[in-house]
Amino acid sequence: MIYNFPEKGKFGKFGGRFIPETLIPAIEELEKSYTIYSKDPDFKQELSGYLRDYAGRPTPLYFAHNLTKYVGGAKIHLKREDLLHGGAHKTNNTIGQCLLAKRMGKKRIIAETGAGQHGVGTALASSVFGLNCEIYMGSKDVERQKLNVFRMRLLGAKVHTVTSGSQTLKDAINEALRDWIANVKKTYYVIGSVVGPHPYPMIVRDFQSVIGREIKQQSIEKFNGLPTAIVACVGGGSNAIGSFYPFIEDNEVSLYGIEAGGSGIRSGKHSATLVTGSIGILHGMLTYLMQDKVGQIMETHSISAGLDYPGVGPEHSFLKEKKRVIYKPCNDEEAIKAFKILSKYEGIIPALESAHAVSYGMKLAKKMNPKDNIVITLSGRGDKDVEIVQRHIVK
Amino acid sequence: MKPNNLNRIDKKFRELKNKREKALICYVVAGYPDIKTSEKIIDTLIESGADMIEIGIPFSDPIADGKTIQEALHSSLTLGITPQQCLELSERIRVKHPEIPLLIMTYSNILFRRGYDNFSRDAKKKGIDGFILPDVSIEESLEYVNAAKKNEMSTIFLVSPNTSELRLKMIIEHCSGFLYAVSVFGITGERQKFHKYTFAFIRKVRKLTKGKIPIAAGFGISQPEHVKNMIDAGADAVIVGSAIIRKIQETKTKKTSLALLSNYILDLKLACRENKKRS
Repeated sequence: MIYNFPEKGKFGKFGGRFIPETLIPAIEELEKSYTIYSKDPDFKQELSGYLRDYAGRPTPLYFAHNLTKYVGGAKIHLKREDLLHGGAHKTNNTIGQCLLAKRMGKKRIIAETGAGQHGVGTALASSVFGLNCEIYMGSKDVERQKLNVFRMRLLGAKVHTVTSGSQTLKDAINEALRDWIANVKKTYYVIGSVVGPHPYPMIVRDFQSVIGREIKQQSIEKFNGLPTAIVACVGGGSNAIGSFYPFIEDNEVSLYGIEAGGSGIRSGKHSATLVTGSIGILHGMLTYLMQDKVGQIMETHSISAGLDYPGVGPEHSFLKEKKRVIYKPCNDEEAIKAFKILSKYEGIIPALESAHAVSYGMKLAKKMNPKDNIVITLSGRGDKDVEIVQRHIVK
Repeated sequence: MKPNNLNRIDKKFRELKNKREKALICYVVAGYPDIKTSEKIIDTLIESGADMIEIGIPFSDPIADGKTIQEALHSSLTLGITPQQCLELSERIRVKHPEIPLLIMTYSNILFRRGYDNFSRDAKKKGIDGFILPDVSIEESLEYVNAAKKNEMSTIFLVSPNTSELRLKMIIEHCSGFLYAVSVFGITGERQKFHKYTFAFIRKVRKLTKGKIPIAAGFGISQPEHVKNMIDAGADAVIVGSAIIRKIQETKTKKTSLALLSNYILDLKLACRENKKRS
């Protein structure tokens, strides 16, 4: 398929700008600046310099030979975003956006965070570029992810605890948007995933696409061709879009987005937005949502805080409807199993988010044969989740 | 257009103009503190001088609202209040008060979920006159405006102090009933006082609308003094929301609460009348 989206801020019917009028000038300014800087050689060079020397790009594509042997089937390769500075793919986006903010002359950065990875990513990027950073985090997440709260504070960020609504990621986004409305002139809102009003889903996708571009190059170097399939986890969906985007027109490459199945789809306690949700409007975008019959946004569930979001990037909604990407759920138990297997067989402790992709990747590999190559994007490392898994195993 | 063809909003503005008064628009959260009490509150507001009522349908993620309204919306949702119950409440109000303009204020997903057309038709049947959706930009409004128009619903759009002249003109084109001028940078909630930019903004809007559509100033207004200031700057109406909710919160347990609320509204309405002398 020929792919050239977004078109006028939309991915088909998805995306758009459902935001209060106060934010429109800010979003227009952002779009204008991004259009200029994304084509500016100086900007691009400075960005790739930071990604290389500060964040550690390119990240390796590692042939997981033990896991491949354990599963028996296609060769499994891991895209090691867990090795990126900050511990997750989030840094690709935060370096990009904070550099953009600096060029735009904004001194104050705000961001939301769920598990705290994007908060940490924004805090470290703000430190590098000398920007003031404030992070909004739901009080439930502050409680669950104390270590990341401490990390953000060490990095010089101010962390605001959000006590409204369900006190999780979606409420942190609400509060960040409210802050932005009130302080729109001097503040830059670094959104953490391919969500929100246009141009955010496009900007975040572009900054994360470095993952997919590297996969493409490394695949050719390592196995002289494109992968048979790429598997990535989807919460908001930034590491997945980043991995998929450079392959969308390569029809021979199957793309799989794995959502959090929580306690199981039938239990109703999950975050499998694309698998089970319906279309609606939240956080400035038209997209698939977890919502009830009358349009109230539902509380979601996942063992992994990073996937615990009732919406999804509008581009994913489009790719689902176009059937270019297949979206599947993976439940908590399966994710924990994959978490343990990868730790044991490859000596890599993955983030619980990434473990969802690993779990489905193993299933897929088993059905394929040894000449096939599967790439699983390991979006982050699992140090932050060790305690949660430990508690789960004891239980 | 003949006067008897005017909708309730236009009629109200015409009537007030003849009396040389400005409109007092009051916002309530349907189902706060409960459905029955919110009905009594609306009755009280109308009887005390409110010219129009905005009925807030709770939404789980109200990004344009401050703490006070957020908490009221959340409380209503916790009671399980549905958009349907809010429409039924509107219908009961309509029966008691045939002439008062009733507006629905909520977020786009509540209408989108039922379908813009379905929701507009249902609202029409219940006696609603228009919608205020703070998260619908004009870029995203085509389907909504068409559905609302078809069902004779006014579509009230918001403009803010940083809205460009070009956009203001575009918004005026799509807007009916009145233009909602957001007086501050920020979300709903009471302000002690307003800055100069607020009044400069109202004056600018006044100039650009050229009297084609009434202007209602909202966000942060809580005192008669604020009301006078907004009117002096050129507003045809003022919208009071958070301050009313806070009065209800504070006196939730006391029986005298409705009487106190009534006095408060009388004072605000008085400020809407006093401009007679000045103009």
